[in-house]
Amino acid sequence: MIRSTVQPNDGILVAQNLVKIFGERVVLDNVSLAIEEGKTTVIIGTSGCGKTVFMKHLIVLERPTEGQVFFRGQHIDAMRGWELAKIRTQFGFCFQMGALFDSLTVYENIIFPIQQHRTITDYKALDELVKLKLAMVGMDGYQNQYPASLSGGQKKRVSLARAIALDPKVVLYDEPTTGLDPITSDVINELILKLKRELKVTSIIVTHDMRSAYKIADRIVMFHHGKIIADGDSNHIRNHPNDIVQQFIEGHVSEADLAALRLGGTKYQTQFLPDDFK
Amino acid sequence: MNTIGVKSVPVVMATGAFVGMILAVQTYGQLASMGLEERLGVLINIAVVKELGPVLAAIMLAGRVGGALTAELGTMNVTEQIAAVESMGTDPVKYLVAPRVLSCLLLTPALIVYADLLGIFGGYLVSVLQFKINSGAYWDYSAIGIELWDVGTGVFKGLFFGGAIALISCYKGFTCREGAQGVGEACTEAFVGCFISILALNYIFAVVLDATYKTFWPLRPLL
Repeated sequence: MIRSTVQPNDGILVAQNLVKIFGERVVLDNVSLAIEEGKTTVIIGTSGCGKTVFMKHLIVLERPTEGQVFFRGQHIDAMRGWELAKIRTQFGFCFQMGALFDSLTVYENIIFPIQQHRTITDYKALDELVKLKLAMVGMDGYQNQYPASLSGGQKKRVSLARAIALDPKVVLYDEPTTGLDPITSDVINELILKLKRELKVTSIIVTHDMRSAYKIADRIVMFHHGKIIADGDSNHIRNHPNDIVQQFIEGHVSEADLAALRLGGTKYQTQFLPDDFK
Repeated sequence: MNTIGVKSVPVVMATGAFVGMILAVQTYGQLASMGLEERLGVLINIAVVKELGPVLAAIMLAGRVGGALTAELGTMNVTEQIAAVESMGTDPVKYLVAPRVLSCLLLTPALIVYADLLGIFGGYLVSVLQFKINSGAYWDYSAIGIELWDVGTGVFKGLFFGGAIALISCYKGFTCREGAQGVGEACTEAFVGCFISILALNYIFAVVLDATYKTFWPLRPLL
């Protein structure tokens, strides 16, 4: 057995030697990571590098092929049923496209987790709670709207309000700024910072938006082909000696990618050269 | 229950009515050639109540309700709404599947009763209005030919047809592949699966219930 570099009590969330294999494809290759409580950890990496799959393991939406996940020292990836449900109430998850229930109004979306886990006796207090959560994300007044009538940014904000409905200890964000214009992206960044400040939540964010990552991260972890290749604060990542890290944060196309584009040419021979991309 | 049951009543009734009417048109000639046209009611009602009513109503429900269930759950699956339910500590099977299965189980037998009634009435309309068969004779022969057992078996089968429709449709919705094509394929597979299951279950019930009837028929006077 491989000796892990992290122990179950090293952080609020600990992934120990995680391996995930889909078919014959190794998506996570012996990943170990301890998430510090109250801090914002940003996970970056190219599309398909395994960062979203990794995050889904932290809330047991995926179960590892090998390895363990611990929440406050409890081994959660082996849990099922009510035991796991109770753990999940301490998490909020913001999905990439919002994942709001389109048959329910914004109000009904926000109260969904509350209805599932709390006994509601005072409906007036519930209305106030929904108002408060929506006000935190700047969406108060939208209670009776359906998700279909909201813009992409508004959906993400409502999704965020739903994620914090049960006052979670950890909030997971899956590409919160993808598909949004730069101003709306910055609104989401400010919201993440505000929630961290006001609710003292531990945040884990998967993104490939480096501007966003630098702004919100206490720590940046870079995944590449299912492995962690860089881990540190913004300055550490900015000055990282690894070419792959530099190429990603600068957004440069690699020689190998250009070669693949040239090979993919038709009979008209699209001859891409590195200079074409300068 | 409203979507699965109440909104299905018109289509199920129309299905039943046309089945009864077509049976009357197709069988009248043969019975009339033997001078037995007044017994048309027996033939129509046995066919409708025992086999065609339950099977065709269930197939109609597989198309209407099963397709809608798969499309709804499939879309929820590809837009991560099912994962969202799970991430909030709620069991998606309990929250999304259980109520749908329960509705189909309870409402399919009820809808079959509607199909049976309209099948009998459709047959009556064609027999009496088009073929001028005596109304009293139609009802008398219908009452003689149909036993409570026949109606009961048709409705009993509905429970299993409903269960099969809900389970297959929900399973296909939960396991559908990503994208519009994935949802479309899941709907097709769900309908085909439901269709084959209904026919296969109907065959099994025909054999089992027939054997049961023959076993207990001699004991009937004791009941």
